Amino acid sequence: MEESNNNFEPRIIAFVCNWCTYAGADLTGTSRIKYATNVEIVRFPCTGRIDFMLLLKAFAGGADGIIVSGCHPNDCHYTSGNFHARRRWIVFRNILNFLGIDVQRIRFSWVSAAEGAKWADIVNDTVKEIRELGPYTEYKKVANYLDEEADSHE
Amino acid sequence: MNKLQERATDLLKGGTVKLIIGFEQGNNKIRPFFCEKPEDAEKLIYSDDCSTNNAVYLTKKELIGDNKIAIIATYKEIASIIQLNKENQIKKENLMVLTVDKDGDVTELTSFEEMEKFCEENTPAPDPVVAALIEKIDKMNREERWAYWKSELDKCIRCYACRAACPLCYCNRCISEVNCPQWLDPWKSTLSNIEWQINRVMHMSGRCTGCGACAKACPLDLPIGILTKKMSTDIKEMLGEGEGGNVLSTFNPNDKENFIH
Repeated sequence: MEESNNNFEPRIIAFVCNWCTYAGADLTGTSRIKYATNVEIVRFPCTGRIDFMLLLKAFAGGADGIIVSGCHPNDCHYTSGNFHARRRWIVFRNILNFLGIDVQRIRFSWVSAAEGAKWADIVNDTVKEIRELGPYTEYKKVANYLDEEADSHE
Repeated sequence: MNKLQERATDLLKGGTVKLIIGFEQGNNKIRPFFCEKPEDAEKLIYSDDCSTNNAVYLTKKELIGDNKIAIIATYKEIASIIQLNKENQIKKENLMVLTVDKDGDVTELTSFEEMEKFCEENTPAPDPVVAALIEKIDKMNREERWAYWKSELDKCIRCYACRAACPLCYCNRCISEVNCPQWLDPWKSTLSNIEWQINRVMHMSGRCTGCGACAKACPLDLPIGILTKKMSTDIKEMLGEGEGGNVLSTFNPNDKENFIH
């Protein structure tokens, strides 16, 4: 059954680095800031470790939106992991866009360990945006062999 | 015998090289030719009509081993050799690069400076069909682009001819063969076909020389060549030329983007 947009609860997967954004999200909690519960956080040692395939797997596995976040430039725990990541996302986002995959559903951000409030804002914003966009069915259909057009093998 | 064949005979007779990779006339088409015996040299021809980029053989250890070899190269091969050298995949002392000009004279390109000069002077005009298709897709809205690629890539039979044809796809174990974790489903499905192409393009980013061998190798004539083509132009715009061409193994602290907030 298709969920109507009114009661649609987006499923957001957040890929975050251990040193900044994960600690920042921790701070959000310890500061008792309330934010949307739609987000599932996956912790990585560094944004440089976040393979672009993981984002595609998240969409295939049912994510409606994705957050990718790590240390601000020049603040990386490993000096340059986020610089490498930034390049990767520049290229990757471009490829996805050319292939017609919805890049609006991927939110890239820098959140430091001190930015607990920013993390709450980002999650709330993303949830709001994805709620407006609706469920990401296009990609899921293909992933689950449910796409009629693609299945017909004309 | 023409000048190329004479030169080849000399090289093989004198033992200067063990193998010459060149072209021969096959059934209705030009095909790669591996010349090991002086008496076979008369089969060698020079043509830039061959759909194969012969530089693909230079990373095949089982074929060339540690032997001295010569390659009869067109623009395509030379551009790939330059990139392979930047990635330390070529033993220059074992490789002789020969080109043939329009008079049939054979020239040896002894240094990479010479090869780069050759490429600058002989850059082929961009393929208008490719350019038109990229423009057409760029003009589509996102849903149309998705529908287009979904229906095109759905046809892919995952033969990996695009991978086999590319001189720069030389990994001993390709991500498509990695099964721990199983990044890509090994069977043909629209999703894994799309994922495979995304991987191919990402791994090729900034390295593709635009020879078009992948697209020519595709038995289904899928427009996969435009993916790498589009990426190489966009990457130059977004990140600049990049050292060694490989943009993703390095970074610039001043990289500009407008989507990370």
